Amino acid sequence: MTPAIQVHELTKKYGNLVAVDNISFEIKQGEIFGLLGPNGAGKTTTLSMLSTMQKPTSGTATVQGKDVEKNEDEVRKAIGIVFQDQSLDEELTAGENMDFHGRLYRIPPDERNQRIDSLLRLVELYDRKKDIVKTFSGGMRRRLEIARGLLHHPSVLFLDEPTLGLDPQTRNHLWQYIADLSKEKHITIILTTHYMEEADRLCDRIAIIDHGSIIALDTPQNLKNGIGGDIITIQTPDFNTATEVLSEPWIHRIETHNDEIRIFLMNAEQHISDIITRVNQQNITIHSVSIHKPTLEDVFLSFTGKTIREQEINGKEMMRMHMRRGKR
Amino acid sequence: MDIIYTIWLRSMIRYIRSKSRIVGSISMPLFFLLFLGFGLNSVVRIPGLGENYIQFLIPGMVAMSVLFTSVFSGIQIIWDKQFGFLKETLVAPVTRMEIMLGQTFGGATTALIQGIIIMVISLFVGLQVQSVIGFFIALGFMVLIGISFTAFGIAIASRMEDMTGFQLIMNFVVFPIFGLSGALFPISSLPSWIAPVTMIDPLTYGVEGIRYGLTGVSQINPVLSFMVIGGFACIMTIIGAFLFRKISI
Ligand SMILES: Nc1ncnc2c1ncn2[C@@H]1O[C@H](COP(=O)(O)OP(=O)(O)O)[C@@H](O)[C@H]1O
Ligand SMILES: [Mg+2]
Repeated sequence: MTPAIQVHELTKKYGNLVAVDNISFEIKQGEIFGLLGPNGAGKTTTLSMLSTMQKPTSGTATVQGKDVEKNEDEVRKAIGIVFQDQSLDEELTAGENMDFHGRLYRIPPDERNQRIDSLLRLVELYDRKKDIVKTFSGGMRRRLEIARGLLHHPSVLFLDEPTLGLDPQTRNHLWQYIADLSKEKHITIILTTHYMEEADRLCDRIAIIDHGSIIALDTPQNLKNGIGGDIITIQTPDFNTATEVLSEPWIHRIETHNDEIRIFLMNAEQHISDIITRVNQQNITIHSVSIHKPTLEDVFLSFTGKTIREQEINGKEMMRMHMRRGKR
Repeated sequence: MDIIYTIWLRSMIRYIRSKSRIVGSISMPLFFLLFLGFGLNSVVRIPGLGENYIQFLIPGMVAMSVLFTSVFSGIQIIWDKQFGFLKETLVAPVTRMEIMLGQTFGGATTALIQGIIIMVISLFVGLQVQSVIGFFIALGFMVLIGISFTAFGIAIASRMEDMTGFQLIMNFVVFPIFGLSGALFPISSLPSWIAPVTMIDPLTYGVEGIRYGLTGVSQINPVLSFMVIGGFACIMTIIGAFLFRKISI
């Protein structure tokens, strides 16, 4: 079976800025594939190229075997997309937004009306069909956009930050929808997110992307296993000395980050008292200790030396600098 | 065709829903009509119409309402860009030409309706339509003005990032086009140095065409008016389509 998406050395430059830097990956049919990375990592730009909205600077990409540059129309017919920023007409009703979409994709009237009703039921907006979108909450708009993206029966669905800015409850609800969708409709889903939890919960495989490059690609489980066991985090002002006293064979690796030391090891519960004793013997102050199973945040941290949040703050600074330069 | 119709249909739904816009864009021509019209009616003598400035002014006000409504409809693309809706249209398997034409016809239709509303109101202040054929001639010219300036608006909107440049375009392009068009004053009574400027203003031919249709009198031969404004509509549509093709979001 041809892969749903094939990306080969794809690159996008905006002037001097390399937004997407030579990335390659494949997505299997029916997979939920995540692009996880901080703001400004190049996720949206990647989706823009895959959805034919932006021309790649170099490299190639195919969707269902169709080249995104040479076979634009075929690609467009095969995909449904929910953009990062809202793209509904707020002056129209939910039903009219759906109808407009159905007409653009040339779905015959009977079929169109029937699909609109069943999709609106699916996202629990059927009783709001005749209401103007302006009156909808963020979560309702997102659900409507997802329903709209499915109207023309795409075989690949693109979701760009599907739950950005939604409250936790709505987010959970949407995750459930997305997971069900993938199971019931057998469509391939590629979603971008900077929420670790979202990627972890939904995706079969995740590409971690930073500064336009893919730095890791695997199943969430394998990514987390790659960390090497559990993580004990100790907050201490004297982390250098603390790092020195901890050299045991059962300690896999130690990293320092800000005023924390992060100890990677198997079976952390068995070793924690040992570790604290050693640190105490050196009269090193400990502000706090915690144990946790590795998360994707740890994966990101170990690959980039920064947490996603820190990377985002940097990204924003870079963006501001970029804009200032642009204005001059 | 079905795609053009779809885009047109959306324009119509939005138009019908925007009560404030309808009222807003009628109020200015109406204001002109009442104050200028009645104020100057007995003062100004119009060649061919005698002391009937209102009869002269009405076609100008109809053209004004068509002009502003259509420029505004074209510029609306910027809102679609900012509110994100344009992406939904651009990512669909349709050509940009279809989108642009749908938008143009939508804008022209909106403008036509606005013009007709002014015409109907004018019936109460003295408009006497000369003949049924004349009425349809006037409608034809209104459609051409509508197409020209919606396409003009789309061309502008395709090059602008946001609404900040809008006021500039209104002040330095749209108002001069209106002011120099002979909508308010007969071409023959203008100072000799302005007259040539009036003759290169495409709207002049639109106004004169409507005037011919409604009053039966015009200073420019209606066939010439038709050719100029018709040609202008084609050229603007081509320019608009060309610039819209290159729109980036
Ligand atoms: N149209 C554009 N022009 C110039 N720079 C852009 C444009 N779109 C995105 N960028 C830049 O490309 C980088 C990647 O952006 P984006 O793909 O939106 O990231 P993400 O979706 O991961 O947050 C950012 O630095 C952003 O500022
Ligand atoms: Mg993004």
